[in-house]
Amino acid sequence: MRQIHIDSIRQLVADLCIEANTSLSQDVYQCLGSCMQSETSSLGKNILQTIIANADLAKKELRPMCQDTGQTVIFVQIGQDVQVVGGLLEDAINAGIREGYQRGYLRNSVVKSPFERVNTNDNTPGVIHYDIIAGDRLLITVSPKGFGSENMSQLKMLKPSDGLEGVKQFILQVVKDAGSNPCPPIIVGVGIGGTMEKAAILSKQALLKPLDKINEDPFLASLEAELLEKVNALEIGPAGFGGRTTALGVNINTYPTHIAGLPVAVNIGCHANRHVDGQL
Amino acid sequence: MSEIKQIKLPLDSTMINGLQAGDIVHLSGTVYTGRDAAHKRMCEYLANGKALPINLQGEVIYYAGPCPPKPGEPIGSVGPTTASRMDAYSPQLIEAGLVAMIGKGARNESVVEAIKRHQGIYFAAIGGVAALMGKCVKSAEVIAFEDLGTEAIRRLIVENLPVIVAIDSSGNNLYQ
Repeated sequence: MRQIHIDSIRQLVADLCIEANTSLSQDVYQCLGSCMQSETSSLGKNILQTIIANADLAKKELRPMCQDTGQTVIFVQIGQDVQVVGGLLEDAINAGIREGYQRGYLRNSVVKSPFERVNTNDNTPGVIHYDIIAGDRLLITVSPKGFGSENMSQLKMLKPSDGLEGVKQFILQVVKDAGSNPCPPIIVGVGIGGTMEKAAILSKQALLKPLDKINEDPFLASLEAELLEKVNALEIGPAGFGGRTTALGVNINTYPTHIAGLPVAVNIGCHANRHVDGQL
Repeated sequence: MSEIKQIKLPLDSTMINGLQAGDIVHLSGTVYTGRDAAHKRMCEYLANGKALPINLQGEVIYYAGPCPPKPGEPIGSVGPTTASRMDAYSPQLIEAGLVAMIGKGARNESVVEAIKRHQGIYFAAIGGVAALMGKCVKSAEVIAFEDLGTEAIRRLIVENLPVIVAIDSSGNNLYQ
């Protein structure tokens, strides 16, 4: 049994919170650059250029690229041969968020209750998902999620008879409904299958997949390409002012499901698609 | 692409009428931040006949909740938030004298109507480019609703804040 002390977990989470908010991942950065070359709208081109300049400034001066530094979504993969010592894992993660948001001058956006809406003033609690994996490592992904895009996400329990066409229609409808709100160009995370909550988590995990890596499943790879084409044909464009760059990518995750169901979740991510991994 | 128009705030009706949907504009002068919670409260004040904490006559509200400033700086990153969440409140505030709003994303019909009726304007800022926009803020001061934290009303002095005219005073709408 490998022992990992909560102090190192707290510190890692704090560092990852700052890095995620100030440094755009390389795949998104490169994709923005190539879209700027191919964008036909001159206003759209100008907006993409400004988005890239913002990412450069954020990284250089360690400033949050977006003021909405999000609710902190954290995926934890914990090896079954790991023993966390010194306290509770969840407390250590939330302490890390608290420290990172304060040290990095990141905005506190979390309210205590959905009704009373009093700010917790330290961005805790995070939304934490745990997976137990083989081995003795602790892997942590920090993915701050802004609500400009989160609010535009949807989930629908389709019928098996709705089939592939129904799935495609729903995904396109969600992007259409989102329109200019979620800071296009967006990234479309799709989760298909499992149960209601499984589809939602799959869609969020789909936002973490690198844009420059083709889906290993050839059917899903071609579905992703087809949907990206169709999403871009909606011509919502950068910032919603028209143009071909509506999305940078469509990423799909699937899971076995029930004979009676076809859950589909679409999690919209903004161009500031922030996520970083760390491990202990 | 059109040239960048430099606008000094406050706006007057000649300036507003000279701006058209699609124009790229750099704003310099005073703007007030205010978003969901501040809008709700201001509309409650108006409904109860209570004076607003700021005089909205001729003013600009920027839908933004900034990041905390680093030491020695006036403000942290400060980009626009989704404007449609303010649609329920904007017509009342426009009625009360507000002339311009800065946010991101489309507005509903009642806001477009209020803009047309009162010769207002809606500027869109690029969502997410908050680090760049933060650099345009020369000073910031909380002037009302301090308890709302990032959602408090702040008076900002901005220099060359980059925005795009999304809905002009004639109701031309860049989102359509």
